[in-house]
Amino acid sequence: MNIKIINLLITGIGETFYMVVASTVISYILGIPLGVLVYATDKNGICQNSFVNRIVGLVINLVRSVPFLILLVAILPFTRAIVGTTIGSSASVVPLVVAATPFVARMVEASLKEVNHGVVEAAQAMGSTGWQIISKVLVPEAKPSLLVGMTIAFTTILGYSAMAGFVGGGGLGAIAVNYGYYRYQTKVMLITVALLVLIVQIFQEGGLKLASYIDKRIKR
Amino acid sequence: MSDTEKKTKININNVSFEYVDKKSKYEALKDISLEIKEGEFVCLLGSSGCGKSTLLSLLNGMNKATKGEIRVDEKLVSGPGIDRAVVFQHYSLFPWLTAKGNVLFGIKQNGKNYSKKQRLELADSYLESVGLSYAKDKYPAQLSGGMQQRVAVARALALESDILLFDEPFGAIDPKLRLELQELVSRLSVEKKKTVVFVTHDIDEAILLADRIVVMEPGKIRTIVDVDIPHPRKRDDLVGKKKYEELHKKLITSFYNHVEENIYEEVFL
Ligand SMILES: Nc1ncnc2c1ncn2[C@@H]1O[C@H](COP(=O)(O)OP(=O)(O)O)[C@@H](O)[C@H]1O
Ligand SMILES: [Mg+2]
Repeated sequence: MNIKIINLLITGIGETFYMVVASTVISYILGIPLGVLVYATDKNGICQNSFVNRIVGLVINLVRSVPFLILLVAILPFTRAIVGTTIGSSASVVPLVVAATPFVARMVEASLKEVNHGVVEAAQAMGSTGWQIISKVLVPEAKPSLLVGMTIAFTTILGYSAMAGFVGGGGLGAIAVNYGYYRYQTKVMLITVALLVLIVQIFQEGGLKLASYIDKRIKR
Repeated sequence: MSDTEKKTKININNVSFEYVDKKSKYEALKDISLEIKEGEFVCLLGSSGCGKSTLLSLLNGMNKATKGEIRVDEKLVSGPGIDRAVVFQHYSLFPWLTAKGNVLFGIKQNGKNYSKKQRLELADSYLESVGLSYAKDKYPAQLSGGMQQRVAVARALALESDILLFDEPFGAIDPKLRLELQELVSRLSVEKKKTVVFVTHDIDEAILLADRIVVMEPGKIRTIVDVDIPHPRKRDDLVGKKKYEELHKKLITSFYNHVEENIYEEVFL
């Protein structure tokens, strides 16, 4: 295998990392408040509001039900408006974030729902405000579960990012498409697949380890 | 000071409460009135389902009376507040905080703006008062049920409120440890001059702790029994004494009367 391909793969890894990490981070910055909002406004929630709850829930479900490849194409004008282009890894971050944010919001909501209600009640009884309950009780208590969710989100986003390779996004996905699909270079294809599997493994193991490390509840 | 001179701390005025959900309504409390004096230890005694926890949730502010009102220091109760600390039946400690962290949470909530050094010292002293200094750096998962409830008591004390509310806090704890915890609560509430409302279905627990026992039947107060025995009480000193036996008999009669009625209703109606 020539040096050119190796360089190509290294660039691919870098681009994939950039896309996936940036998308995960931005999706979480947007998804956490959204997930908290859905959780808190639910019935029996700490700031019950069925109107807000239904609207936000509807938007989340709407975006989630659009297949990623279609979403990618549908929001091209939006992508261009934000990053100025529709090709390359930065341009892929936009649809990745749009697709992943509702997903993350649901994951965050599920993690918060796992929190024992007795603990929330205890905090309320001690005069905690809604914001204190979210920041000092719900998020710390749900932290391990949130981290596990994050590794799942990361894997999902990685999968989406490979799809973005089909329509001009960068990264390992683009290499697999260009060399494996268009030029029948099976070897390059296999190597990219192996690399993707490796990245998923590293992140999943790391995320789960970190989650169990910070989970004081099972520390004995 | 005689009882009549003492200030009213909690005033429950013709309070009713209904649980409402989509299909049904259930009136859990019907027109309850009760006055609790400053420094008084009141036990709510009654069998399961008669509305003890519901009444406590109204005192604590998590639920709001459907009719009537509750006043603490003459102020209307409109929600949870740091003037009333609660110890729940279920273990409600924050699992991601150590014993000391849990107590510190209470201290930070109490609105007294202590310095960090003061807070740490206070946390230690509250843990010491419940006999848990040696376990202050342990997480709830590392503590037995009895130890967890001790921390919960320390956290409630840390709020530095005049009023303590307990909802069957020692129900799931083995009898020997339970006795230790009861004596602890009794001693601390006298020492720290707390006004206490303590829910229980255990007659002995009520006699050991209470100045007044409010015997409940479903939705209502059946009768109120004064316990005229000086504090601190020790169970070993009580058992066999005439006063204790009389009280016990009286309570058993009023307690089981309505239990029988319940059984009758369930079987025949
Ligand atoms: N959230 C609720 N919704 C509907 N009914 C309830 C609810 N909580 C309690 N109840 C009913 O109210 C009655 C009193 O309950 P509770 O106050 O918990 O009794 P206790 O604490 O004396 O065992 C019971 O019949 C119970 O079934
Ligand atoms: Mg109860």
